[in-house]
Amino acid sequence: MAAPRSNRKVALTAASAALAMLGLGFASVPLYRIFCQVTGYGGTTQRADEAKAATVQDSGHTISIRFDANVERDMPWQFKPLQRTDTVSIGARDMALFWAKNDSDKTVTGTASFNVEPEQAARYFNKIQCFCFTEQTLKPGEEVRMPVLYYVDPAILTDPDNKDVQQITLSYTFHVTRVEDAKALDHPRAGS
Amino acid sequence: MATTADHFQAHPEDHGHHHDAEHKPAFFARWFMSTNHKDIGTMYLIFAIIAGIVGGAFSGMMRVELNEPGIQYLDTFARWFGAVNPDFNTTLHTWNVLITAHGLIMVFFMVMPAIIGGFGNWFVPIMIGAPDMAFPRMNNISFWLTVAGFCSLLCSAFVPGGTGNGAGTGWTVYAPLSTSGSPGPAVDFGIFALHLAGAGSIMGAINFITTIFNMRAPGMTIHKMPLFVWSVLVTAFLLLLSLPVLAAAITMLLTDRNFGTTFFDASGGGDPVLYQHLFWFFGHPEVYIMILPGFGIISQIISTFSKKPVFGYLGMAYAMVAIGVVGFIVWAHHMYATGLSVNTKMYFTAATMVIAVPTGVKIFSWIATMWGGSVEFKSPMVWAMGFIFLFTVGGVTGVYLANGGIDDVVHDTYFVVAHFHYVLSLGAVTALFAGFYYWFPKMSGRMHSEFLSHVHFWIFFVGVNMIFFPMHFLGLQGMPRRYPDYAEAYTHWNHIATVGYMVMAASLVVWFINIAYAYIAGKKAEDNYWGEGATTLEWTLTSPPPFHQFETLPVIGETVHH
Repeated sequence: MAAPRSNRKVALTAASAALAMLGLGFASVPLYRIFCQVTGYGGTTQRADEAKAATVQDSGHTISIRFDANVERDMPWQFKPLQRTDTVSIGARDMALFWAKNDSDKTVTGTASFNVEPEQAARYFNKIQCFCFTEQTLKPGEEVRMPVLYYVDPAILTDPDNKDVQQITLSYTFHVTRVEDAKALDHPRAGS
Repeated sequence: MATTADHFQAHPEDHGHHHDAEHKPAFFARWFMSTNHKDIGTMYLIFAIIAGIVGGAFSGMMRVELNEPGIQYLDTFARWFGAVNPDFNTTLHTWNVLITAHGLIMVFFMVMPAIIGGFGNWFVPIMIGAPDMAFPRMNNISFWLTVAGFCSLLCSAFVPGGTGNGAGTGWTVYAPLSTSGSPGPAVDFGIFALHLAGAGSIMGAINFITTIFNMRAPGMTIHKMPLFVWSVLVTAFLLLLSLPVLAAAITMLLTDRNFGTTFFDASGGGDPVLYQHLFWFFGHPEVYIMILPGFGIISQIISTFSKKPVFGYLGMAYAMVAIGVVGFIVWAHHMYATGLSVNTKMYFTAATMVIAVPTGVKIFSWIATMWGGSVEFKSPMVWAMGFIFLFTVGGVTGVYLANGGIDDVVHDTYFVVAHFHYVLSLGAVTALFAGFYYWFPKMSGRMHSEFLSHVHFWIFFVGVNMIFFPMHFLGLQGMPRRYPDYAEAYTHWNHIATVGYMVMAASLVVWFINIAYAYIAGKKAEDNYWGEGATTLEWTLTSPPPFHQFETLPVIGETVHH
């Protein structure tokens, strides 16, 4: 028994609405990423190019920046900031240095994820250069010093959400991207 | 309530051309290949009762463990799920399996099948004067997909889920606990169960939308439809638009678990909080999916036993539409503790509290319907009034919890457990029992005992309040959810809640006795056993209705009783 034509039309319209919502569910992944990058949601820092950075003026106010570095459970690297805190002038660019060493006997490529606290400061925290923009590869036993070039946007001074912020913490976590020989890792991934 | 069939009589014996209305297929073909909306509705109701017993047994296991501090019975329960000499962590994992299974079963395999699949299938076609659903065979697929989903969920309890057997993720299945935190096939089985039940529900929603839009009898305009039909229509739209988002989210969980993607894994650039957004974009409409058909049932009952049309019919219908629409833009009030900014919290607090307005319209309209009515305290009416009271208690704590600032204090405590059980366990389930007593004689052809129905109500009412009211105190005193053990200071109210559980369980015995009584000794039900207040189309049919009703479509008269 074939369904009457108008039934089919309503059902197909409803089914396409469901399919559209399914598509929206998957589309939320890139949309959410863009949303975080634009608004600093969840502590996502901003990325500034040289041209934009050159227009920013030193405001004369200072703010304290704290640096934090850690590694994922199965990452065989040591990873530390070379300065714990730094007092910087808001609007002036500053450089922070991090240090990493590959303790394993394999070549390991890692990627750093990043975040700032408090989260509402993230949209004013601009990075001009960062080791987290690209993958980092360390040979067995190799050590490296890695710079971050950043500034805090003076607009933070006029944002009521940030008026009680005295210190911003910049945190990095190094994750394993590739290992020359995956079997060599001592600590298997928790999930696999 | 909204309409009368002025020119319609549906007694098969009155009309010669109805002689094949009672032709029923043989047992296997009738029940396993069913395309009859009433048979499918009956199967949904029986399925929901079975799933409810399983899900209810899980909550009983939790209450017995929580009767006193310390771990007493979990070890035994772990063995039931196949653990051999479980260590302490496996034992505790069993607790997570219990809360997960209880939540998923009650939401997806008890309330939804009963209120949408059961009562919706039975009465939506009849109330709009249609012979059946628009797609009877798709209706059959919807049902069996739900059953398959339930089987998949039961399977998950007996296969490894990380620390022990079973999926211990909570009904929310948050990453990373559900991804890197739960190796083994149990969580995959759980996700598969949600896929199957979700697909079944989406097909059911398409079926309801098509039926209600296209198959109304002549004269049954949208604004004459009974409020139960309105409630199912709004619910079907919520299902259609929210379930696919859940399907997308859990599919990404599945690929994160098995195929190395990192949608919700920070090490690959993903974010676990995105999963929470997707889940609650589905999850918040889901709570209205569970309660809206209940609103519809309560409207029918209050009007029937007040012998008055419902007060403010259009306001009641569009209040449900408003709840459905606003329900899609408040999801992050479940996520106040994830680090939302002050402005975001302000928006979600305000938007959430707005829902109290259409909900208040409904509560006050029910009271206004009873006001000045010739109220008769028959069993469905008593249950319906119990619903209004219990749902309002849960609604008030809902307004309280909507505040981002207060939620920071009581988030993930028993206060939240008390709140959502008052609206769901007490609200939706009370509405289910109200609908059951209202329509059981219509469905079965036998009258239940009014006395036993009242006994059932009062024992149930005392029992559920004993379980859940003390949880408000426990939550405000800081007892966290999802733990099998607690500090000794919480013993008193936990003990009361466990006793309350047993009282509630005793009321269910009365319910089963009542059903048995109806089939063994119950009077044969008349066509309209509730009398003059019952004006919708199901009361123009025999009890039970003919296997195929409305072979001649009823014509809905101009007499409108809004």
